[in-house]
Amino acid sequence: MGFYDKPFLKFERLLETYLAFAPSGLQSYLKSMPLWLKEKLWMGDLIKKKLHGYKGDIKYPEHHQSHAASAFFPSPFEEAAIITMDGVGEWATASWGTGRGNRIDLHSELQFPSSLGLLYTAFTYYVGFKVNNGEYKLMGLAPYGKPKYVQTILDNLIDLREDGSFLLDMSYFNYCQGLTMTSDKFHRLFGELPRKPESTITQRDMDLAASVQVVTEDIVLRTARYVRRETGLQNLCLAGGVALNCVANGKILKERIFDDVWIQPAAGDAGGSLGAALFVWHQILGNHRDADGVHDLQQGSYLGPDWSDNEIESWLTAGGYPYEKMTETDLIDTVSDGITAGRVIGWYGGRMEFGPRALGNRSIIGDARSESMQSIINLKIKYRESFRPFAPSVLLEDVEEFFDTDRASPYMLLVAPVRASHRKELSEEEEKLFGMEKLRIPRSDIPAITHVDYSSRLQTVSAKDNPRYHALISSFKKKTGYGIVINTSFNVRGEPIVCTPEDAYLCFMRTEMDILALGNCLLKKEEQPPLKSKDEQCSERQKSSEAKSKEELRKFGLIMTGAFAALSVLLYFRNTSLLPPAAGLSGFFLLSALLYPRLLLPVEKLWMKLASVMSYIMTRVLLTLVYLLAVIPTGLIMRLLGKKPLQLDFKGNMKTYWVTVDPEGPCSRPEKQY
Amino acid sequence: MGRIKDIWGFLRTRKKWWLLPIITVLLLLSLIIVLSQGSALAPFIYAIF
Repeated sequence: MGFYDKPFLKFERLLETYLAFAPSGLQSYLKSMPLWLKEKLWMGDLIKKKLHGYKGDIKYPEHHQSHAASAFFPSPFEEAAIITMDGVGEWATASWGTGRGNRIDLHSELQFPSSLGLLYTAFTYYVGFKVNNGEYKLMGLAPYGKPKYVQTILDNLIDLREDGSFLLDMSYFNYCQGLTMTSDKFHRLFGELPRKPESTITQRDMDLAASVQVVTEDIVLRTARYVRRETGLQNLCLAGGVALNCVANGKILKERIFDDVWIQPAAGDAGGSLGAALFVWHQILGNHRDADGVHDLQQGSYLGPDWSDNEIESWLTAGGYPYEKMTETDLIDTVSDGITAGRVIGWYGGRMEFGPRALGNRSIIGDARSESMQSIINLKIKYRESFRPFAPSVLLEDVEEFFDTDRASPYMLLVAPVRASHRKELSEEEEKLFGMEKLRIPRSDIPAITHVDYSSRLQTVSAKDNPRYHALISSFKKKTGYGIVINTSFNVRGEPIVCTPEDAYLCFMRTEMDILALGNCLLKKEEQPPLKSKDEQCSERQKSSEAKSKEELRKFGLIMTGAFAALSVLLYFRNTSLLPPAAGLSGFFLLSALLYPRLLLPVEKLWMKLASVMSYIMTRVLLTLVYLLAVIPTGLIMRLLGKKPLQLDFKGNMKTYWVTVDPEGPCSRPEKQY
Repeated sequence: MGRIKDIWGFLRTRKKWWLLPIITVLLLLSLIIVLSQGSALAPFIYAIF
């Protein structure tokens, strides 16, 4: 069993951050500590409890070791350089190293608080998108803007070295000690307060997005060149949240810094779990790894759960939902007819994708040739901003027909320009348009997937990885001559990608999708009965989860009997008048528990509510006391003694900010949580 | 007991002794929180403070 980071080291970083910034930081401390004290510090116990008494070993590879393992071990390469970049793990925010055979070794790292992921997130927050969620929106917004603020960022926020290492000036940021990403100084530098979510996106927001995107690409490219020089290796593996920035990935390929690049599709922290498991399997247990230099071991990233046609049919029949069972050939023919007719299709079948991208097993599909399809799917299906571009799924054999690339991109992690032969000439007036006005101008004969800068984040579909999806696009090609469709994840804004047939059906019914293909069952919207109201469904689920069993109530009654009995004994020795009511309550709980536990239901509800309110208040009161009496004094004493837990001196005189990974440090002890 | 040993090992290996007082107090608090969360005994435990 492997867990993807070292909880104690993360806790150490948190505490030392509070020490470095005390007396600021109480709010952030009060927000993070309860969860640490309840769960994260006891991770080993929690894992064993959740796995119903698992008794084996648990290994704890370091966070970036897990990312590196997730990047290298499933890659096709026998040896490769590795780069990982994200917000923050324990202390590291980026690292590089090498992978050979069944072993990875990290060489150097950048350390918190300087972080490319957090710099990008700070701008995500400033432009009004959700932290740890809206980064891809910022990336999507960037092509609408001009990178006007690049020099401002480089002159003020960041001290960047030629090798891609850097320090951030933390006086512009607030993520160490506060509940926001940016500080007042940041807002003064860029002249305004952060944009309020849901308010209008302005040209300035787009220019900010474009600027931080350029800086990000610059850092990624410098790092890639440096790592190429240092390792001398020809192939590169990438992981960590920053590796989801497919525009930056595209630049690495375009610059030909490495001969080949492989990116973990679940590059974010979810992929850390896969990395931890592979690290245990190969590096700790010494299992052999086969790499043929061509095929990766990610299995198309179709690693999630699956429902058979029989299971889907049983569910549909039980719910009374009208459907038509078809052969796969007929289903594909009907669905491709639907796409041709401008219908929006829910396409569900096979194992769910692992990672943030839908790759044709949980996808919403539409016609890429349609001029209106981008806004139809954005506004009527996904309920999200109209500027958000869509990605295409293109037959692997047709990728060069539509895009300026000869590379496969099975995981939708690369960006490539639409070929000139498919582009449309813009008039002089159209060329002059700014920002969102650009959106309304079709730029190619596949406008729904052509971004304003003619780029596209594409998925190539091969018959080997996903035969069913490949057959669908091929059928569409037979009818239209275009081996390409829109592919967006099967969900609505703010919800995860659907997993079960029920999730898919509910999403289908709550949006304006026209057809749902659930395995080989075809459902048409107009034939479906109206969906039960949301409240009705919620209350049904609530009822079943709230129903307390007789046994639980009996247990509650017995605990209360014991507690009041103990209280009665104490009161007896103190000889107070409170003894009779305490003893009476003890008797009441005992009799109820033994004879009629249901009587305790309202008492239990009220009592547990009281318990939860008291827990909430008392935890925060006690934590505040610890902060005032221990954290602040320790922090101040450390500062008086000249001890600095964090590197906060901006523009140091070091040649590089890369820190060599200690060969006897945390990376060398996966059995420990530190 | 195993956990206490782990934390002691952590402090010794990382040589971050200045964290000892804070971690000790937080661990005690953690125990109270873990023991009382979701338990009917929470109001009795917190009444002690």
